[in-house]
Amino acid sequence: MIRQEKMTVVSQKQIATNIFELTLHGELVQDMTPGQFVHVKVSDSLEPLLRRPISIANIDKDNNEFTMIYRAEGRGTKVLATNREGQLVNVLGPIGNGFPVDAVKEGGTALLVGGGIGVPPLHELSKQLNARGVKTIHVLGFQTEDVCFYEEEFSALGETHYVTVDGSKGTKGFVTNVLASRAPEFDVFYSCGPLPMLKALEGFYPEKEGYLSFEERMGCGIGACFACVCKTTDQVAKDYVKVCSDGPVFPKGTVAL
Amino acid sequence: MSRLTIQLPGLELKNPIMPASGCFGFGREYAQLYDLSKLGAIMIKATTVETRPGNPTPRVAETAAGMLNAIGLQNPGIDKVMNEELKFLEDYDVPIIANVAGTETADYVEVAQRISTAANVKALELNISCPNVKCGGIQFGTDPATARELVEAVKAVSEVPVYVKLSPNVTSIVDIAQAVEAGGADGITMINTLIGMRLDERTGKPVIANGTGGLSGPAVKPVAIRMVYEVYKAVNIPIIGMGGVTEAQDVIDFMSAGASAVAVGTANFVDHFVCPTIIDELPAKLDKLGVEHISEIIGRSHR
Ligand SMILES: Cc1cc2nc3c(=O)[nH]c(=O)nc-3n(C[C@H](O)[C@H](O)[C@H](O)COP(=O)(O)OP(=O)(O)OC[C@H]3O[C@@H](n4cnc5c(N)ncnc54)[C@H](O)[C@@H]3O)c2cc1C
Ligand SMILES: Cc1cc2nc3c(=O)[nH]c(=O)nc-3n(C[C@H](O)[C@H](O)[C@H](O)COP(=O)(O)O)c2cc1C
Ligand code: FES
Repeated sequence: MIRQEKMTVVSQKQIATNIFELTLHGELVQDMTPGQFVHVKVSDSLEPLLRRPISIANIDKDNNEFTMIYRAEGRGTKVLATNREGQLVNVLGPIGNGFPVDAVKEGGTALLVGGGIGVPPLHELSKQLNARGVKTIHVLGFQTEDVCFYEEEFSALGETHYVTVDGSKGTKGFVTNVLASRAPEFDVFYSCGPLPMLKALEGFYPEKEGYLSFEERMGCGIGACFACVCKTTDQVAKDYVKVCSDGPVFPKGTVAL
Repeated sequence: MSRLTIQLPGLELKNPIMPASGCFGFGREYAQLYDLSKLGAIMIKATTVETRPGNPTPRVAETAAGMLNAIGLQNPGIDKVMNEELKFLEDYDVPIIANVAGTETADYVEVAQRISTAANVKALELNISCPNVKCGGIQFGTDPATARELVEAVKAVSEVPVYVKLSPNVTSIVDIAQAVEAGGADGITMINTLIGMRLDERTGKPVIANGTGGLSGPAVKPVAIRMVYEVYKAVNIPIIGMGGVTEAQDVIDFMSAGASAVAVGTANFVDHFVCPTIIDELPAKLDKLGVEHISEIIGRSHR
């Protein structure tokens, strides 16, 4: 169930250039699943006005805590980055349909492909897949080394490859360069990142089961305003889906790329 | 609660607060958050004869204390609205105001005739003011004579009172208001969004795929208050005011300017519980003003 809660800041850390890790405490953590997101009101004033959608990167139900990882770039996320321990943050969530963790059988292998600020939700997904006895392979793409994060965290969960556009860390180029050269064996792929990356992946694995997480500008964040609508491919019954309430995760082939 | 009741043509409102059209869908999503029966009324999303796919994305952009939108009246068409959405809303004790849109007079007449027969639709809101689609009725909303003819045609078929939603994108909103009153409108709702544009910092091109969008939110409130104030002086039919309402004080302001009830739009995206919160806060506001019943403040700025 979606709730609105003033959640308490447990910690705020800068983990890479302009990249922040914010841990919040509150009841709505109990309802979270990987791939879902929260809609954050970053300030009590009218500026900035709209909420910001941010993915759930880590869930700790025992302690009622969750973590988000975000890039402080625009007006809203810069305000969010000023929060300190003990402050309250207005959070609406959890929202949307996340990654289906049970799509891979125990003993199977999942390929997780992330790009930039699409990497965070894959962390909780990987944790939950590992907890079910699924092997995970991570291929994570970034612009440069200074915006890479969570190397230890992902490496602890499985084989992890970094890719940077400028080659400052790992393989130079795009995630597809790694996939082409290593050809990993897997059962299901999951991905979150920029559209060209999602599109490339769909083309790369036409015969595999896969789940993709999308981004679109939002108004309400709950399915009421039709701001975040995406066209679907003509194979499905509906001609559009809403990223906020039908997604953000869709089975491969659902959204027209 | 009886301090907040308002009687308007077709509408017995428990309180003067209602979500504005397009900002509340058909209520389903907000019904997961709170009991819709708490609301004075619900203005549902624009309904057209056929299914409408809407505009390309991005459809929204943030602006200073406001937002631009160009949704493009996306809706499932009158059959689905009647059979599914209005049926769903029957579970709640709340009157529905159906927002009617179209390209030609015949579209408005068809939607109005059919939707006004739904059990819970207590009034229509003619959308002659959507700035985001060529066929959003804006051509009806900017010319007094055309506006009047449309109202007459819809009044002839509607089973419930007809309110007309005015556009602020005109030289004289008073002329349009008087024209729709002459055409037989039972009330006026105002304002729809102001046409605006935001450019991308890097490319210099419009952020919204449509180019322009409709501006709403706190930024537009002074414009809306001024327009309600002017129209109140010029017509004898009631006004439902809107534009930037985010808290109880805004409701007091709109009613002081002459509105009999108030709709809340964009604020529903920012605080999804804003409507019930405002309703709860109004009695304390009335105490502060030394007013027993909320209707006493309607139009007080003119006295
Ligand atoms: C489902 C979902 C999950 C996301 N998860 C994360 C995450 O985990 N970490 C992260 O850093 N970012 C994430 N994003 C992107 C994040 O929402 C935007 O980067 C952020 O809203 C930008 O806000 P700002 O104040 O920095 O920018 P501004 O430019 O000030 O924002 C202005 C407006 O544009 C919207 N906007 C700007 N960029 C985007 C974008 N890329 N996607 C959607 N709306 C945008 C803002 O929400 C706001 O309404 C996610 C987006 C979605 C839709
Ligand atoms: C996303 C969005 C969609 C809207 N859709 C409609 C619509 O379908 N029909 C209509 O008459 N007005 C529509 N409006 C206008 C609102 O009903 C309202 O008149 C306007 O937003 C001003 O109020 P506000 O400042 O409180 O949002 C829409 C506004 C927004 C922000
Ligand atoms: S953001 Fe309003 S429908 Fe998705």
